[in-house]
Amino acid sequence: MTSTISVAGLTRRYRDHLALDDVTFAVDGPSITGLLGRNGAGKSTLMRIVAGQEFASAGRVLVGGASPVENDAVLRRMVLVREDQAFPDVKVRDALRAASWCYPNWSAELGESLLADFDLPARRPIKRLSRGMLSALGIVIGLAARAELTLLDEPYAGLDAVARELFYDRLLADYAEHPRTVLLSTHLIDEVADLLERVVIIDHGRIVLDAPADDVRGSITTVRGSVGAVERFVAGRPTWDRRRIASQETVVVAGTLDQVDVLRARELDLTLEPLSLQQVMVHAASRVSEEPKERTSA
Amino acid sequence: MLDDGAPIFSQVAEHLVQEIADGAMAEEERVPSSNELAAYYRINPATAAKGINVLIESGLLEKRRGIGMFVATGARGRLLEDRRNRFTERYVEPMVAEADRLGIDADTLANLIRQASHAKGGIKV
Repeated sequence: MTSTISVAGLTRRYRDHLALDDVTFAVDGPSITGLLGRNGAGKSTLMRIVAGQEFASAGRVLVGGASPVENDAVLRRMVLVREDQAFPDVKVRDALRAASWCYPNWSAELGESLLADFDLPARRPIKRLSRGMLSALGIVIGLAARAELTLLDEPYAGLDAVARELFYDRLLADYAEHPRTVLLSTHLIDEVADLLERVVIIDHGRIVLDAPADDVRGSITTVRGSVGAVERFVAGRPTWDRRRIASQETVVVAGTLDQVDVLRARELDLTLEPLSLQQVMVHAASRVSEEPKERTSA
Repeated sequence: MLDDGAPIFSQVAEHLVQEIADGAMAEEERVPSSNELAAYYRINPATAAKGINVLIESGLLEKRRGIGMFVATGARGRLLEDRRNRFTERYVEPMVAEADRLGIDADTLANLIRQASHAKGGIKV
């Protein structure tokens, strides 16, 4: 089967800055994948290159088996909603009409109902929309396009919590009926964690984690208790972070714990707390930035 | 509703099991589809489907072609039987261990249980 997205050895260099560093990953078939990372990690650059809106310095990008660069057939099968989306200076309704010509799977019905859901004034000129309304318009177009590849890059600047929940609900509802490949980047990780089937974490232009969301949950655990007991429990396990205060110690342990581990922790009077996806991202990112230091000291 | 610990699919499965055990989802009744569950819990439909599959594999749900998913006959009885078998391990043993840590002896513990059940007006001891 041809991958929806296939990226190999992708590198993007801006003068002295390496935005993407040898990125390789593939997305096959319908899924909602989260592209997570800190600001400046390379998420947007990756999205734009996949969407053919920017060029790679090195490496290969294929969408549905073909290069997206100046390839109209490929570009029509995907939509990219950007945080800094620029719209032509027309009315909201005209922007939707223009979008309907671009995307072969466009659903006018969904577009109309989303306009109403987000309270977007169809007749208002786009330049008079608020920041939140602009984001909502991007989301309306991104969902109504029903593109086989839907790239949503931090699509909700200025949207309040209510509007974001609306977005999640509509995304899930339409995705359920019309499965497609969704790549969603966001910094509101815990908000979207449950929507994701797969998680790709990028840091300093490199992929530091790429796994099914179910495997990530519970794969990293905070162990808390008295110093001696914690040490006995974590011995021989990969640990990510250690903190001590008085006789108490908190250690982050990588790797899924089994039933025996849980019983042993109970015997040692330890508290086990799985890390949320957001915390996993933070730890994964900080580990990478520590790595070069380790190398120089070795 | 869903917490961070266990994989989401197993939490969904656990919720469904609870509904069946409580009788909230009766035997022979149609259960929500994976899309309905996904919308309700705000989770990925594939995750919801994985949760349903856990129950299909354990025979608690059965698929009827073209109609949907139904609670299997005898599912509730099997669940309750299973829970009775695991009651000691899941509730009694941890309670006794904690009582021991706190220096509560067996007689006091038994009395506490009696009081608690009396307060609930519930089980006869």
